[in-house]
Amino acid sequence: MPDQPAVTAVEIERVFTAEYGRAVSVLVRVFGDIDIAEEAVQDAFTAAVDRWPAAGLPPSPAGWIITTARNRAIDRLRREASRDDRQAEAALLHARDEPAPEGPVRDDRLRLIFTCCHPALGTAAQVALTLRLLGGLTTAEIARAFLVPEATMAQRLVRAKGKIRDAKVPYRVPYEADLPDRLRAVLAVVYLIFNEGYTASSGETLVREDLCAEAIRLGRLLAELMPDEPEVLGLLALMLLIESRRPSRSTADGDLVLLADQDRALWDRDLIAEGQALVRACLRRNQPGAYQIQAAINAVHSDAPNAAATDWRQILTLYNQLLAVAPSPVAALHRAVAVAEVHGPAPALDAIEGLDLGNYRLFHSIRADLLRRLGRTTEAAAAYEAAIALTGNAAERAFLERSRAALG
Amino acid sequence: MTHYLLSVYQPDGPAPPDVDLTQIRKDLDALNDEVKAAGAWVFGGGLHAPTTATVLRSSSGEVVITDGPYTEGKEHLGGFTVISAPDLDAALEWARRFAHIIAPLPIEVRPFADVR
Repeated sequence: MPDQPAVTAVEIERVFTAEYGRAVSVLVRVFGDIDIAEEAVQDAFTAAVDRWPAAGLPPSPAGWIITTARNRAIDRLRREASRDDRQAEAALLHARDEPAPEGPVRDDRLRLIFTCCHPALGTAAQVALTLRLLGGLTTAEIARAFLVPEATMAQRLVRAKGKIRDAKVPYRVPYEADLPDRLRAVLAVVYLIFNEGYTASSGETLVREDLCAEAIRLGRLLAELMPDEPEVLGLLALMLLIESRRPSRSTADGDLVLLADQDRALWDRDLIAEGQALVRACLRRNQPGAYQIQAAINAVHSDAPNAAATDWRQILTLYNQLLAVAPSPVAALHRAVAVAEVHGPAPALDAIEGLDLGNYRLFHSIRADLLRRLGRTTEAAAAYEAAIALTGNAAERAFLERSRAALG
Repeated sequence: MTHYLLSVYQPDGPAPPDVDLTQIRKDLDALNDEVKAAGAWVFGGGLHAPTTATVLRSSSGEVVITDGPYTEGKEHLGGFTVISAPDLDAALEWARRFAHIIAPLPIEVRPFADVR
């Protein structure tokens, strides 16, 4: 073909990342079986690698992948069904009885997210399935991100998919009555992926950026699929605003830099603008929720040209709202940071002393800082020690050790 | 349709004095009637104490009979219901209602293999 632009491996990789989840979700609907869907999509991408470099990118790469996956899977299932393979027979029957996709195809991805994050599955399984099926990450990649052996992660995925199949976890968007609870579980999984990437709970670098990027991609997808759910927008805004500070959050040597000491010129203005626009859209809706309020808190930080200009009163007001909407010891702990800025470290320390957070490293590091500011050096050193003992992240540990050493 | 086993595990020994067994029995009967009316009921019932169990095991053609139960623990299977449901969510919906009645005891939901 003359003047046909060559398709590079990078471009195919990009299509894979962008369209894998969509293709798998359509094929799960067609065949009623996750393994068959995954294998079919994998087959189709293998075919794309063979064909596209010579033939050029098809007009609709996603459509090509889905059609190819479907046709190849049906051919393969027919061969297997003729050898009395019951799973193949069932999948073929399912494909035959499946009505042509009505409504927007995007609903398939929504179904798949709710299946992956079904409460009958453990959190670790929900996270792994979501990254595997919607994110297209390989088992090896997920295992590396969560620092477990690949065999363990493979086992986790096999077991979860087995439970979905055998216990018949449904493939649908939950009914209205169940939606709030079920959506909470989905958002929790996405935020957990983000947090795991942001402050990797263990490992040698502070940020595992690919997990953050994947969580934001999932957040964007949810916002596209459920634009009328304010908490979905709130979560996306929250992640974007936190992510905007990533360039300033550690030094070239990988050392942790606190918000107050960050070089704000390094903050990503595009992400901030996008996050703040979402926060404003949420405010107009006036259905506050925990993610929206946390996003608003981060938006206030983003507004301040320097740390001293931070509107801590506004932040304290927002934390009071957060505690009213979603009371939790962790939120109370973060509120205390704002209390310290507005009213001083003594009332802040009073506010956290009763919190049942002895196993949470941030509790000890925030407490240590408040004790330091009150001149209670010995107690501060002990609190830093407690925080150091609880962190598995090298950059964070180094930061805490420096803080303790600075006590003199 | 898939069949699901809904089983209730309870601590060994008599029920605590503040538990109104008569009321629980009544509520369970009412819910079982509802399950039946919905066409989802397959089989079920409460079991006598594990001390009434007998265990048989065949070894080289000989069956040895022993006084049960098979597993000694702090908890035992107190009763179960088998229901028929289109998917796990439907089964969980019934289980949720059982859980309210038998609170704070847990209820386990498990699919049967190969039941049509």
